[in-house]
Amino acid sequence: MTAVEETARPVALLRRRPSPRPPRGSRSATSYGFVALYAALTVAFGILPSLYAVYLAFTTGEGSFAGFANFTKVIGDFRFLPAVGHVAFYLVIWLVSLVVLVTLLAVIVHAIRVRWLSSTLRLVFYLPGALAGASSVLLWLFVLDPTASPVGGLLRALGLSSFVQVIVPAHLPPIFAIIAFWAGAGGWIVIMYGALNNISPDVIEAARIDGAGTLQIAWRIQLPLLRKWISYMGIMSLAAGTQLFVEPQLLSQASNAVVPNDYSLNQLAYQYAFQQNDFNGAAAISLLLLVIALALSAFFVLRGGLFETD
Amino acid sequence: MTTEQVKDSGVRRGDVSGWSVRTIAGVITTVFVLFFLIPLGWLLLASTKTARGLIVDHPFAPGTLGGLAANWDQLFSFGDGEVTTWVGNSALYAVGALVITLVASIPAGYAMALTEFRFRRALLILTLVVMLIPNTALVLPIFLELNMVGLIGTPLSVILPMSFFPFGVYLTYIYFSTSIPRDLLAAARVDGCREFQVFTRIALPLAAPIVALVAFFSFVQSWNNFFLPFVMLPSSDGYPIQVGLTSLLASTPAFNPSSAGTQSIQLPTLALATVISVLPVLIVFLFAQRFLIAGMTAGGTKE
Repeated sequence: MTAVEETARPVALLRRRPSPRPPRGSRSATSYGFVALYAALTVAFGILPSLYAVYLAFTTGEGSFAGFANFTKVIGDFRFLPAVGHVAFYLVIWLVSLVVLVTLLAVIVHAIRVRWLSSTLRLVFYLPGALAGASSVLLWLFVLDPTASPVGGLLRALGLSSFVQVIVPAHLPPIFAIIAFWAGAGGWIVIMYGALNNISPDVIEAARIDGAGTLQIAWRIQLPLLRKWISYMGIMSLAAGTQLFVEPQLLSQASNAVVPNDYSLNQLAYQYAFQQNDFNGAAAISLLLLVIALALSAFFVLRGGLFETD
Repeated sequence: MTTEQVKDSGVRRGDVSGWSVRTIAGVITTVFVLFFLIPLGWLLLASTKTARGLIVDHPFAPGTLGGLAANWDQLFSFGDGEVTTWVGNSALYAVGALVITLVASIPAGYAMALTEFRFRRALLILTLVVMLIPNTALVLPIFLELNMVGLIGTPLSVILPMSFFPFGVYLTYIYFSTSIPRDLLAAARVDGCREFQVFTRIALPLAAPIVALVAFFSFVQSWNNFFLPFVMLPSSDGYPIQVGLTSLLASTPAFNPSSAGTQSIQLPTLALATVISVLPVLIVFLFAQRFLIAGMTAGGTKE
């Protein structure tokens, strides 16, 4: 998923005044006209593909009912568990660094009193978000290749003198986490900054008068008040992270398959569909990923309390 | 110890810890500024260098305009000007999706915010849930669906799925339900406006900021989309630049030794391609940042 999109979503995190009730229901015919195109797109690209994936996942190539055969097949595939492991390892590193560093940087930037400095820092953090998908991965291929890298000295100091040494399998989860953090963290920092602005200055002032230092204020007041936003960031990033595709895909291509092309779950689904022509197997993997994403998202919409559904 | 002294030492202790906190914060900030900026700055410089200069020269020594021109020539002569086609495709897909997104989501957001109809709340909740699903999650199912109706490989196979943009609908919904006074619409109705005219004459002219915001987010998301076109468009004539980058990467001997041949791409040329692939978005980010950040943090400031 792109960084921009991910950072863009919380625009919507409005706590509004109660939604005003429309006066009468008599004008609904025009209303249907207004929502018709969007509703059609929702059906065509939201609901139908989901249902079709369900259908494929539970049928055989010939269209007869297959029960859970497709699921047992893909889960039993020798590539499935390693892919789960890769994605899980990547997610742990990414989520921990995201939660800790984004919160830390947002608190720091928020504490800066000099306006131009604070806004410049936010822009600097945010700017890499313009590079999403293939572009950011390509940029990091350069950075990770010791012969051309701007930080070649650093890589060599770590004992890595060639690209192949940099991208050994054990390094990949942290590498993907770094790429994702580089492109995605800035948007979240900006959002956390907005949330910090939200905390009433009176509360902070009261704590200061009671003798709380900068660290205590951050730890005892700002952090607890950010908790909802941090969990929102965590859940959205978790859902997005399970979809890992473009990073290993490009790295696989750039390394002559030192990085396998079935490194992540989404890649494995892609292999099923396009190498093995097994759409039913591909649908089964897609469905597993979709259910995870749907569950996380539905949980947050219905329970998270950050969204207004009037 | 007098009271005066206690207060004094307290202040001084506070100063010392405040000072060290500030130093640590400064160091952390500097490290991360470098982390975020070095790759970007280096990429811009790299696109002006020669292949040899990229390896031999200091990483932050600028190249020459001649170097940039040479890389430009190499890039745009690759595969009989394929790069131009890819950039054109990106523009076609992103703008096409943008137009349909606006036509679909602005009226829908308006109707959900200011009118009443059956399934309104259901549509709203559905919008939220789908909005929070990563957009890659539905790509393979959509492929399977479009494959059934024979659209794979056509521009519509990417434009239509990109036009489904629930986030834009939600933004519009929030905007109309918080920013447009209902009395205004009621007054228009009293004056004899029909429902459609209320929308086109009253609501739409007031909606310029939200139209711009939705347009921007839609454009950026479509331009940067990789997985969807990667899956939908098998032929290289149809690639957008994001997918085209993979072809360039495959022709770069530095990353793919088997590719050395007439069509080979040097590293600085690949760097230039990366710059070009993000240029439209980068420019918008730079010039519209105040506007964007205001949009992104709207939630944080209005609570």
